[in-house]
Amino acid sequence: MGQDSRLPVAPPADRVELTRVGARPPLATYLRDVWRRREFAFALARYRIEAENRQNRLGLAWVVLKPLLNAGLYGSIFGILLASGRPDHFVEFLIIGVFVFEFFATSFTSGAKSITANTALVQSLSFPRMTLPLAVVLQRFLQFVPMLAIMLVVVGAFGHTISWTWLLLVPLVLLLLGFNTGLALVTARLTVHVRDLTNLLPFLTRITFYTAGIFYSIEERFADEPVVLRIADAVPIHEFLSLARAILLDGPLYEIRPEYWLYATAWTVGMLVVGSVFFWAAEERYGRTD
Amino acid sequence: MAAPTEAITPAPASGQPVVVVDDVHVEYRVLATGRAAGAEARGGLLQRGRGTRTVHALRGVSFVAHANESIGVIGSNGSGKSTLMRAVVGLTPTSRGSIHATARPSLLGVGAALVKELSGSRNIVLGGLAMGFTRAEIEAKHDEIVAFAGLEEFIDLPMRTYSSGMTARLKFAIATARKHDILIVDEALAVGDKTFRRRSEDRIREIRDDAGTIFLVSHSMTSIRDTCSRTLWLDRGRLVMDGPTDEVVDAYEARGS
Ligand SMILES: Nc1ncnc2c1ncn2[C@@H]1O[C@H](COP(=O)(O)OP(=O)(O)OP(=O)(O)O)[C@@H](O)[C@H]1O
Ligand SMILES: [Mg+2]
Repeated sequence: MGQDSRLPVAPPADRVELTRVGARPPLATYLRDVWRRREFAFALARYRIEAENRQNRLGLAWVVLKPLLNAGLYGSIFGILLASGRPDHFVEFLIIGVFVFEFFATSFTSGAKSITANTALVQSLSFPRMTLPLAVVLQRFLQFVPMLAIMLVVVGAFGHTISWTWLLLVPLVLLLLGFNTGLALVTARLTVHVRDLTNLLPFLTRITFYTAGIFYSIEERFADEPVVLRIADAVPIHEFLSLARAILLDGPLYEIRPEYWLYATAWTVGMLVVGSVFFWAAEERYGRTD
Repeated sequence: MAAPTEAITPAPASGQPVVVVDDVHVEYRVLATGRAAGAEARGGLLQRGRGTRTVHALRGVSFVAHANESIGVIGSNGSGKSTLMRAVVGLTPTSRGSIHATARPSLLGVGAALVKELSGSRNIVLGGLAMGFTRAEIEAKHDEIVAFAGLEEFIDLPMRTYSSGMTARLKFAIATARKHDILIVDEALAVGDKTFRRRSEDRIREIRDDAGTIFLVSHSMTSIRDTCSRTLWLDRGRLVMDGPTDEVVDAYEARGS
């Protein structure tokens, strides 16, 4: 049976509903496929945390310890260096800054590597590749939740009014999650095209760290320079940080600026749309060896 | 029976063409030096940039695979077997020719989804989800997979403690737990012991009889003879022979000696 079939036959493709192998589905179908694989993304995220924790003795504690140590280090260095320019409630200010930034930066850098670091997986199983960056951001999000709890404890311990407005953190964190996801989708594809980007990423995150007002207040430092303030208004990470601090901290420096909700939402929606389309457009490209 | 004219008559339920490979060429462009990072980024534009070499891995391969067929793929190292299989799955782009299929073929490659640090049980869940099972489905199949792999005692230990044969058993058991329309097994059985090899060959026949189509890439002519009805022989990117397993394997072995 089948001896003759190696003759170059005209493929009877139209007759038996054969489809071209590896073709990219339309965006709507694609997103539905991604949604269908949500359990896979979730399992990847959870199990990767578990695997990471198994490798060291303190396990899960590191998720919380590392950013705490970071905050402690930056706190003592910048607290001493910038003694005059310290904003009110410096400790809480810094903890919120470092923790939120940690979630942003880890999603950004590991999201960028989500395809390139999983070439074997991409090459051997067919599933919508978007699952990989999503799993990474989800993983970082799951690791952010205990940090969030610590953040609240610290802020509460420093005597800030605990009120219902703290619930505003929920939509804020969801927006941040969405924004990080969109950004990870963009960087995940970019690193596939230009591997060198991986080397640039730590540098980019460091620039963001120093400029985004993690350990100093942009509003105080640049009070006389409206241009800088106007630029800062448009920087998403600054919007997220300002909102988080405004929600949690008391004091005149930490008034909620309602327009920031609008800007942050716009950034998130825009980033998600751009990221999804941009990532999907190259779906056939991932895992290929050319 | 599988002559080209068959397409005109309504195809019987079993024996329908499921994969049509038409004059497929695959070329790899490889950088001769690993340090030309700048050139790599622009590799798509430079047709023949300095230091790039073209490896013509497949040179015009055509065949039609049907439902209920198990097809052996043989040939010397570097003859293009894995390349052909990756092209059939859609992972390696063809530079010429086309590949059509009724269902998306799956490579028995679940191993890539597994995490060595985690226990066998966790990996069954992870591998199952990666292949498209829902969580409930994979949990229902858990015990069956463990039994098939013969790893009852070790299933809660981290996978990095497994021997290579045990790892291969687990991977095969997970991968074949799903019903595949088109399954590709590339050298997956090589490290298993005799018992396991027999068991996995039975499993392959089961899938074939269940209206699936199987490609088995192997250097073990015994495996090929025992499981495949038809065999493709590749040599340096060309299809040398395509026919009943006995004929093709005999010719291959006659040439090899
Ligand atoms: N990713 C790649 N990049 C460049 N060249 C490749 C790549 N993969 C395979 N090749 C080349 O293509 C040719 C065919 O390789 P392939 O892996 O398909 O052989 P094979 O028949 O599977 O061999 P084996 O029996 O050793 O598994 C070889 O010359 C190899 O060097
Ligand atoms: Mg091979």
